[in-house]
Amino acid sequence: MSGLAVNEIAIRGRLNTVTAALQPGQVTAICGPNGAGKSTLLQALAGLITPTSGTVELGGAPLPQGRERARQIGYLPQIGEVAWDLSVASLIALGRLPHGDRGDAQVAAALAALDLTAFAHRPLSTLSGGERARALLARVLAGEPRWILADEPLAALDLGHQLTLLARLREAAKAGAGVVLVVHDLALAMNHADRVMVLDRGELAADGPPEEALASPVIARVWGVPARWLGEPGARALVCG
Amino acid sequence: MTRPIPLLTVLLLLAVPLSLLAGRVWLDPWSTPNAAVILAELRLPRALLALVIGGGLGAAGAAMQGYLRNPLADPGLFGIAPGAALGAVASLWFGYAASAWLLPLFALAGAGGAMALLALIAGRSASAALFTLAGMMIASLAGALTSLAISLAPNAFALSEIVNWLMGALTDRSWPDVWLAAPLTLAGIALLRLAGPGLDALTLGEPAARSLGVNPARLQWLLIGGTALTVGSGVAVAGVIGFVGLIVPHLVRPLTDRRPSSLIVPSALAGALLVLAADVMCRILPLVTELRLGIALSLIGAPFFLRLLLRLRRGWL
Repeated sequence: MSGLAVNEIAIRGRLNTVTAALQPGQVTAICGPNGAGKSTLLQALAGLITPTSGTVELGGAPLPQGRERARQIGYLPQIGEVAWDLSVASLIALGRLPHGDRGDAQVAAALAALDLTAFAHRPLSTLSGGERARALLARVLAGEPRWILADEPLAALDLGHQLTLLARLREAAKAGAGVVLVVHDLALAMNHADRVMVLDRGELAADGPPEEALASPVIARVWGVPARWLGEPGARALVCG
Repeated sequence: MTRPIPLLTVLLLLAVPLSLLAGRVWLDPWSTPNAAVILAELRLPRALLALVIGGGLGAAGAAMQGYLRNPLADPGLFGIAPGAALGAVASLWFGYAASAWLLPLFALAGAGGAMALLALIAGRSASAALFTLAGMMIASLAGALTSLAISLAPNAFALSEIVNWLMGALTDRSWPDVWLAAPLTLAGIALLRLAGPGLDALTLGEPAARSLGVNPARLQWLLIGGTALTVGSGVAVAGVIGFVGLIVPHLVRPLTDRRPSSLIVPSALAGALLVLAADVMCRILPLVTELRLGIALSLIGAPFFLRLLLRLRRGWL
């Protein structure tokens, strides 16, 4: 029992009785229109919001708190804020704070995993948007969490950088981590997730394999847009209208 | 990152002996009459007090800038220094300042009161924005009450005492001031150091910091306690000395990896160096009366602050 689960959680005004059990080793995408409650659900899974009712469990037990939780769940917020112009290596080393060590080996591994070794001593202000996004994800990976929860990590990235980041997240899932992503791009969710949860006005509108959860009727109902998928599974493109 | 620590330590080891000799009259330990007494009873406690006060203000500035993620933050903005000043002014107003201990104790009580009020208003939410607004409100209230005390001063002597004291100085300070300020300042710096990892995490914003296991309420308590001890004890023995907490972290930051935790001890050392140097400058300037330390540091600090603002406008900070 190493799953991350929400049991009938409600958060006043934002989420209404959502139940889901997420499994490690999978990439799960949370989709939905603006204001549907995607980030709220992700923050509840990360233990950053206390639900008004319901419970969040990890491995069948209540979500641990503080450093213990931080060692198990890595969270990448939507806004990639970094207040000071740290070097890439210093930024990534922040991922080791829950462990209370420098984690030189883990920082070096995270730098290598995201092709940032050559940038280790560069200030963040000198990086491009894509390099910065990779550095922010590397910060989470350096903590070696069992769960990676990322809020729109692909936003504002070009296609190449999106695919690079998705490949690294897939590698983490293959290594046994649970990966949960808030994603706006439905084609990315369709082609790269193992499971998709669709939220609509705070409620779970669909939950399952991408082909089912993002079927055309679901898109029409939730987003109010007539749409159909083209191509083969794993290489789908969405056509609207 | 410990690179700036040896450098600043060496500079301090050079500056302290020089400061002991410097003054309107330069001291020659071998030929100046009563040199040993002057050194032991006047210049050494004064130099140590400069180190203690500067160290506390530098560390508090670094921690406060890290907490608010704002390079323009200064510990004086958050009510604790004005609260301590109000306490000291009250002791002068009531004529208690003749006792060596009452003025600092009143100042510490003022700092403690400001800290308690800050914790009461901002503590529960642990929000940096509320902390800032509460601090500014307390600073404004304490400033208004200080002005009221000045305007209602019972006599011209008390008025003169209050105004002079508010300018901040190390003139005529002695060992009891060192014994009062040093332990409190060291305890404050220790609390601020404990806050270091939380401040580092806060670099990524509040949600990410909490996801890294930071307890925002504990962090805020460490900040309030550390700042109250360092700034409060400094104001208690030397009056209001501004700009050190603002300037010093900027001078030191390029020498570190810019994590707030890596800045606290170097800022304490650099603050100590800056206040020591400014105090020596006050002593050796050929003026009719000795320049007040608070005025000297404000004269240095204001243009520096303007330079920071201009750099911020150009996005260079």
